[in-house]
Amino acid sequence: MTERCDVLVVGAGPAGLAAAQAAASHGARVALVDMQANAGGQVWRRDARRPASDPARERLDALLAGARVRWLGQAQVVAAEPGQVLVEQAGTAIELSYGALVLATGARELLLPFPGWTLPGVTGAGGLQALVKQGWPIAGRRVLVAGSGPLLLAAAATAQRHGARVVAICEQAPAARLHAFARHLWRWPGKLAQAAALRARLAGTPYRTGRWVVAAHGEGRVVEAELNDGERIAVDQLAVGYGLVPNLELAQQLGCELQAHGAHACVRVDALLRTSVASVYAAGEVCGIGGRDCALVEGAMAGHAAAGAVEAARALQPRRARARAFAALLPEHFRLDPRVLAAATPDALVCRCEDVRLGEIDAHADWRAAKLATRCGMGSCQGRVCGAALAQLRGPAFAPSLSAAGPRPPVFPVRLAALAAHGAAPHAPPPAASEPITHSVPQGTVP
Amino acid sequence: MSAAPVRLDIDGVAVEVPAGASVAAAVALAAPHFRRSRSGQPRAPLCGMGVCFECRVRIDGVEHQRSCLVPAREGMRVACDD
Repeated sequence: MTERCDVLVVGAGPAGLAAAQAAASHGARVALVDMQANAGGQVWRRDARRPASDPARERLDALLAGARVRWLGQAQVVAAEPGQVLVEQAGTAIELSYGALVLATGARELLLPFPGWTLPGVTGAGGLQALVKQGWPIAGRRVLVAGSGPLLLAAAATAQRHGARVVAICEQAPAARLHAFARHLWRWPGKLAQAAALRARLAGTPYRTGRWVVAAHGEGRVVEAELNDGERIAVDQLAVGYGLVPNLELAQQLGCELQAHGAHACVRVDALLRTSVASVYAAGEVCGIGGRDCALVEGAMAGHAAAGAVEAARALQPRRARARAFAALLPEHFRLDPRVLAAATPDALVCRCEDVRLGEIDAHADWRAAKLATRCGMGSCQGRVCGAALAQLRGPAFAPSLSAAGPRPPVFPVRLAALAAHGAAPHAPPPAASEPITHSVPQGTVP
Repeated sequence: MSAAPVRLDIDGVAVEVPAGASVAAAVALAAPHFRRSRSGQPRAPLCGMGVCFECRVRIDGVEHQRSCLVPAREGMRVACDD
């Protein structure tokens, strides 16, 4: 099955929804693809127990009512090339050709290893928030939220609203830097109000600065979190996240130029959000972590530009500059204390898919060598978790986004049956092996 | 106005979750872990958003489904420990 659209938007979070809306407003036929069942991304993820409040639903409904937007939920782009992508949805492959493409693939949490982080009951901070919104049982449970950044407050508030007892929030940044951050917020009254509302809702919850988790203890599941000051806290659930990193797999597969973004990378775009690849635009977190406001304005810009309405895109540039100025405060004020990284001991597993310890990685010079020798990054998540962790822990040589051994097709593991049902697929491996799932493999041979 | 709860079978245990909940939420109510790692360690969801693949289970006979991405549907049969 092959379909055609003018503007393809990958990702239906705030950036993707705004892009689809902007492109459709100029009469473009838009296809919107997201791997979640519902639009909204992580920021507007639907809450199963509070379905009434769903800003993404309203936007999507409005879009779909216009009949110029084709919505592909629970669908994944598994391969991409100029002008065409292969999407897998419900076990079938759909070939989608496009005039312009907007990458709004968002970000994932930076998850850093420490002894015990593989125990059931240990999640990311945003991870816990996402799970709780999807009905994860949390009422009455003792939860410790730790890591860094504004997301910790949001995650704690969500857990608490669903009946959890948040025993503490541990922020690795020192108090002085958080106060400095707060002093900047008057320039963004909306952010200030948001932060104040979250703090008020969490008024009874201890907020500790300069504290981080060095280990999780338990047999079969987490029962205790150990902090850097030696304190041990009894928990039923431990949520640890160190901020966000852009999802670059699709951009890389398309050959978009990247640029450094802290220890990680983001897509390089020009003032109209054009990537280095013709007709491919990028918006939101994939261009650097900026949050919802940034995603909304960049999504709209990219959508206008992708539909050929360059002036409409240009008119939004001042709003974008303002949103990006706020984003620039985050890495400065929430930068990771090098001692946080030391919680990743040589014995800690870094690759959870292949059970590879950090100490095994350190025998190798770079990501590619480590991957070939240890199978690190070759499991189901295709290095999404350990790759970002290693970029942070061991530097650019271990960053898959900067390596020739970075992501390869398929972008996500895909059932061969889906590809076979479709026939010849761009880039996809031939449906011959008996393995039900294909994974990305190291590129070529070691030089 | 919320829809009726959804009932699933998790490794032979009957579980009820609110409409709109994920299969991951249902598994959490019934199973001690979602899968075992290569070296046999118990594992459960980490990212909650389809990135880490730690929550993968078999749903209605189809292996390697990320349970955090799949909305729970009436009568689903879920097997952990694949």
